[in-house]
Amino acid sequence: MSVLVFVEGLNGEIKKSSLEAASYGSQVAQAMGTSATAVAIGEVHEEALARLGEQGISKVLYDADDRLKQFVADAYVKVIAKAAQQESSKVLVFSNSNIGAAVGSKLAVRLNGSLATNVTELPKMDGGNFTVTRGVFSGKAFAQVNLTSDVKIIAVKKNSTEIISNAGNTATVEKLSADLAESDFAAAPKETVMQETDGGVLLPEAEIVVSGGRGMKGPENWHLIEELAKELGAATACSKPVSDIGWRPHHEHVGQTGITVSPNLYIAVGISGAIQHLAGVNSSKVIVVINKDPEAPFFKAADYGIVGDALEVVPKLIEAAKALDK
Amino acid sequence: MKILVCISNVPDTTSKINFTGDNKEFDKNGVQYVINPWDEYALTRAIELKEAKGGSVTVLNVGEADTEPNIRKALAIGADDAIRVNAHPKDAFFVAQQITAIAKEGGYDMILMGKESIDYNGFQVHNMVGEMMGIPSVTPAFKLDMVDDSTARLEREIEGGKEVVEVKLPFVASAQQPMCEPRIPNMRGIMTARTKPLKVVAPVGGEAMSEYVSYSKPEKKSGVKLIDADNAGELIKLLRNEAKVL
Ligand SMILES: Cc1cc2nc3c(=O)[nH]c(=O)nc-3n(C[C@H](O)[C@H](O)[C@H](O)COP(=O)(O)OP(=O)(O)OC[C@H]3O[C@@H](n4cnc5c(N)ncnc54)[C@H](O)[C@@H]3O)c2cc1C
Ligand SMILES: Nc1ncnc2c1ncn2[C@@H]1O[C@H](COP(=O)(O)O)[C@@H](O)[C@H]1O
Repeated sequence: MSVLVFVEGLNGEIKKSSLEAASYGSQVAQAMGTSATAVAIGEVHEEALARLGEQGISKVLYDADDRLKQFVADAYVKVIAKAAQQESSKVLVFSNSNIGAAVGSKLAVRLNGSLATNVTELPKMDGGNFTVTRGVFSGKAFAQVNLTSDVKIIAVKKNSTEIISNAGNTATVEKLSADLAESDFAAAPKETVMQETDGGVLLPEAEIVVSGGRGMKGPENWHLIEELAKELGAATACSKPVSDIGWRPHHEHVGQTGITVSPNLYIAVGISGAIQHLAGVNSSKVIVVINKDPEAPFFKAADYGIVGDALEVVPKLIEAAKALDK
Repeated sequence: MKILVCISNVPDTTSKINFTGDNKEFDKNGVQYVINPWDEYALTRAIELKEAKGGSVTVLNVGEADTEPNIRKALAIGADDAIRVNAHPKDAFFVAQQITAIAKEGGYDMILMGKESIDYNGFQVHNMVGEMMGIPSVTPAFKLDMVDDSTARLEREIEGGKEVVEVKLPFVASAQQPMCEPRIPNMRGIMTARTKPLKVVAPVGGEAMSEYVSYSKPEKKSGVKLIDADNAGELIKLLRNEAKVL
């Protein structure tokens, strides 16, 4: 009956979003009076798996099949379904990533389970109900959803759960093999290309994001955004028009039609704050806006603001950030 | 090539979101509905592929009669015909069952959807349909081309990178930018859309797996604290000492 958490690896380590999912899963397990088991697939160091004990995981089932180094939905589903069966799990927890949500959706069909993606809080369990809160209407609201079937599948929104860390606790690691067939790899990717991430900060997982809009005037000024990001250990992002004109790559565009981010700190430089932009960033905990127009709508959604020319203000921020002891 | 494009009907991106009846119901009052923006990418790419390779594009919506203006809009943009499953879309599982029933009957080569619906933000229906049909689902894809008559090549976004996938027809994919430049209807399209077939069918007896109980809204920000531009460095100190985010 243990709660099963699927953890994703990146460069041999566990992704931050998966540490959040593991923390979420172990808290659910505790509330249900059971233990939490993680399932890991592909290329992850065994020490990293054992360290999941710090997030309250007691056991990790690990399928190290070489063919699973890259994401293959059908094969991953089979492995996780096997783990769920072995553990008689009724609650499965994923990170709400492109991989986690995809596998979660397929498992919901296979296990006839209730699925909630984009979940922001721990479930409420009372009177036989199991209710989760999830983000809806592009960050403008939350919905409380009752998961009515026996099996419940939850994909946890990034940066919405604290990572538990009980230093020193370790999980036992056991091998798992799901007897995969050739046909499980029919839709395997031909190629996986990872972006160069400066300092390894992935935009969807970043705790701090520095983002530039059309007010930055041109790609030649982007070194300012990058320098500030580097000083703060942040990822960089941009508004839609900026990626449409080609100043920045498409994968940096945040908003309604781009990536959704929910960092602890979002710094918007030269971005007007159109409602479609806000939809992708409004669940950030603290929002800073730098804009030369005091009437820019973004100030209404901000916690801190500076009215001024980005090209003059950002260098001062970089200076101040350099002076911080880290 | 027979392509099925699934569109959902969602509040316009600028809508104010409110709830009524003790926060149990979404307040449709004054809300303008549009085709889900991501679905416009799926629709436009389907029309482009049809123009290049021949075939047909069918749009499908699971919804009540009030979605028909947007189904007509999809026809005006260039789809050939449309199907509406006459039912309230209770949850993703229910919708996926309806789409699967239609897709199985129609024998489509490709089922295209949007990345996610901007109202319920599920990112669920496409993978569920793929699983129910037993065919690959490639989501979210930002590039879709045909390699030959039976194989498509897609590029899919994953966190921190992309994957290049080649799949045999039939398959499911969900679209996101920059797959194509979504089209808007022109006058001729609007005229011909009126006479294109729109079939209304009854739902299959599908069940829902979840139940929306209530809604809430995020806490309002208490207001912005402005820092003088000449003293910009002060902001960094506030972020560390007051907001405690650095
Ligand atoms: C269906 C739909 C979906 C959309 N999806 C998205 C989305 O996902 N993401 C997104 O970002 N947008 C999206 N948009 C576009 C959105 O409506 C806005 O057009 C866009 O966000 C504006 O980008 P911007 O703020 O960079 O540019 P602008 O609106 O041009 O604003 C530039 C800002 O910079 C300020 N400025 C100018 N010079 C300076 C200076 N020297 N120093 C400081 N400030 C300066 C100006 O005062 C202004 O506020 C979408 C639109 C639609 C219709
Ligand atoms: N009611 C519906 N009718 C037709 N297609 C839908 C419906 N709801 C969702 N879809 C499709 O499924 C995609 C993903 O939706 P969702 O899983 O709700 O985020 C959407 O972009 C649509 O293409």
